[in-house]
Amino acid sequence: MLNMTKLGGRALLAATFAVGFAAAATAQTKIGIIQPLTGPAAASGNYVANGAKIAVEEINAKGGVLGQKVELVIEDNKSNPTEAAAVAEKLITRDKVPVLMGAWGSSFTLAVMPKLMEYKVPMLVETSSSGKITTSGNPYIFRISPPSAVEAEAFAPKVQALGIKKVDFLVVNNDWGRGAADDFSKMLKSKGIQVGLVETMDQAAQDISAQLNKIKNSDADTLIITTAVEQLTLAFKQAAALGLKRRIITTGGSQNPDQLVEHAGAAANSTMHLTFFTPWKPEMSGNPEAAKAFIEEWKKRGYPFAGLTESFRGYDGIRTIVAAIEKAGKAEPEAIRAALWNVELKGMNGPIKFQKAGPAGKESGQSYPGVYLITIEDGKIIVPQS
Amino acid sequence: MGQFLQHLVNTLILGGTYALLGIGLTLIFGIMRVVNFTHGELYAFGAYAVFALSMLLGANFFLALVLALLGGMALGALIEIVLLRPMRGADIDTTMLVMIGAWIIMQNLEMLTWGGVAKAVVTPFPEVPLVIGSVSVSYLRVFVLVMALVLIAATYFLINRTKLGKAMRATFQDADTAALMGVSINRIYTATFAIGSGLAAAAGALLGPVFLAFPTMGDLAALKSFAIVILGGLGSITGATIGGFILAFVEELGAGYVSSGYRDAMGFVIIILVLMFRPTGLFARAERIG
Repeated sequence: MLNMTKLGGRALLAATFAVGFAAAATAQTKIGIIQPLTGPAAASGNYVANGAKIAVEEINAKGGVLGQKVELVIEDNKSNPTEAAAVAEKLITRDKVPVLMGAWGSSFTLAVMPKLMEYKVPMLVETSSSGKITTSGNPYIFRISPPSAVEAEAFAPKVQALGIKKVDFLVVNNDWGRGAADDFSKMLKSKGIQVGLVETMDQAAQDISAQLNKIKNSDADTLIITTAVEQLTLAFKQAAALGLKRRIITTGGSQNPDQLVEHAGAAANSTMHLTFFTPWKPEMSGNPEAAKAFIEEWKKRGYPFAGLTESFRGYDGIRTIVAAIEKAGKAEPEAIRAALWNVELKGMNGPIKFQKAGPAGKESGQSYPGVYLITIEDGKIIVPQS
Repeated sequence: MGQFLQHLVNTLILGGTYALLGIGLTLIFGIMRVVNFTHGELYAFGAYAVFALSMLLGANFFLALVLALLGGMALGALIEIVLLRPMRGADIDTTMLVMIGAWIIMQNLEMLTWGGVAKAVVTPFPEVPLVIGSVSVSYLRVFVLVMALVLIAATYFLINRTKLGKAMRATFQDADTAALMGVSINRIYTATFAIGSGLAAAAGALLGPVFLAFPTMGDLAALKSFAIVILGGLGSITGATIGGFILAFVEELGAGYVSSGYRDAMGFVIIILVLMFRPTGLFARAERIG
């Protein structure tokens, strides 16, 4: 009996090796993904990763790229910049991925960026908004999400129509939040609009009543909030409890409006949100057919509708990377980096095409997607016509 | 003036929350001397229990609160019997490592069970706030404050006025002597850990609906709890209660009048100051040496 077990064990071992070699024999094109799969930003990170998986399955069903299947190597940055840098190093040196996508939050992306310089591997940035990412002179960065300044510019024509006179800010205390407050302040001041308080909150903070009470006692007519959906929910509920009556506008595209309606209830009514994808009206998308198909597939997999405003980035990001690999003709970091400059495709929120940003000679790539201002009224999401 | 009054009311509400977090831990960390890293996860357990019972199974909200507390006690008893009983007599570092392991396992189980998306609990309390003059507060938070005070009073009574409380205090002062006096030591250990855990779960059950339930919610709660217990003095119910209110006061006024960016830092500055001048905390009872 003992011998049999031993024999079985050896057979298993041999089989494992055989499978290992077999896997190595059919080469695959690897793409590394860094997302917050656990920690405070876990929900959003998982949505992006799931969007990426849908893109890969679609691509592989059509034969992959350069005759090879695409394989995602997904790593968790644990909503922590230190972890983000560590897993980037792991993906590049151990998994030997020629290109990365990530890392959701601006602070995570900024932490990864020196590793890209060190190993000369390009990264497509799918979500982060901080201006610093594309202006710090890192030629390995290609971003498809709008930086806060672009978002602020897109919002600029609406300032007059809304009759905004003075604005307070409540932002998450990291690169994303502080960057948004800076860029929106600049835009508002250039239009002669006053900027009042700039209050911050820790990423994990749950009780924001103190900040909101201070804001309640200011004479501003509008409050701009920048943070992820969970903290927005808390801010809306606590603002309502304090009787804070004011126009509220959120930025950054990580609001998941459907989740806000579900979790904040009446407190979310008449709030306005700058978003980058309108799954409620896929016909408004930069690529209506792809958007409809993606939404269909997302629903078929049983994922929540609220996740679509995050997941489309993962889908677009992977499609952009694969288009670059196709153009490069080989899955090597330098070739992909060069090819990313020539990629042109129809993204969910407008054409994806990289333009130079940052200091001359070491420019990062920045694509300029559409930005939409939506409103929540009576628990319904109102998308403007234009 | 309106702003100041509102800050004071906010302090009261937040302080009740912090005190509730503190008393559960002061039993386990302060009296039992177990560095309980699972405190935050029991807090999360309470929040998810209320979510599961009231939102998924349709149970009455108040019944769900009671069941969450009892469930927390049962889970605490299980942790004590399975993990801590075999470790009795082991040094504090070893126990600490076991508790860190338990913390990681519990948090990942929550992630596996519930996913990363936060859950919201709808309560029977009206969404429209209670407005008195310039001060505005949600009914739910007033209810949480009242419940926190009730639980604090009950715990105080249990520890200081009942036979069980006396046996607890005796056991953790000198287990051998207590055993000789006929106290069933094992049962006291389990009971104390269960009660502390139940209080953590009750805090989560009460605060889950105020905030949101999500897998990492326990981390911040545990951090604040440890700070409150150390501030108030290990093992003192009064200390944990007052410590909770002091922390809330400093955070609220610090964010309101100084800078919100340093809101959490200010809480810790106060703790450092207290530890510099009263190393055992504000209300620590005199320790018996030997």
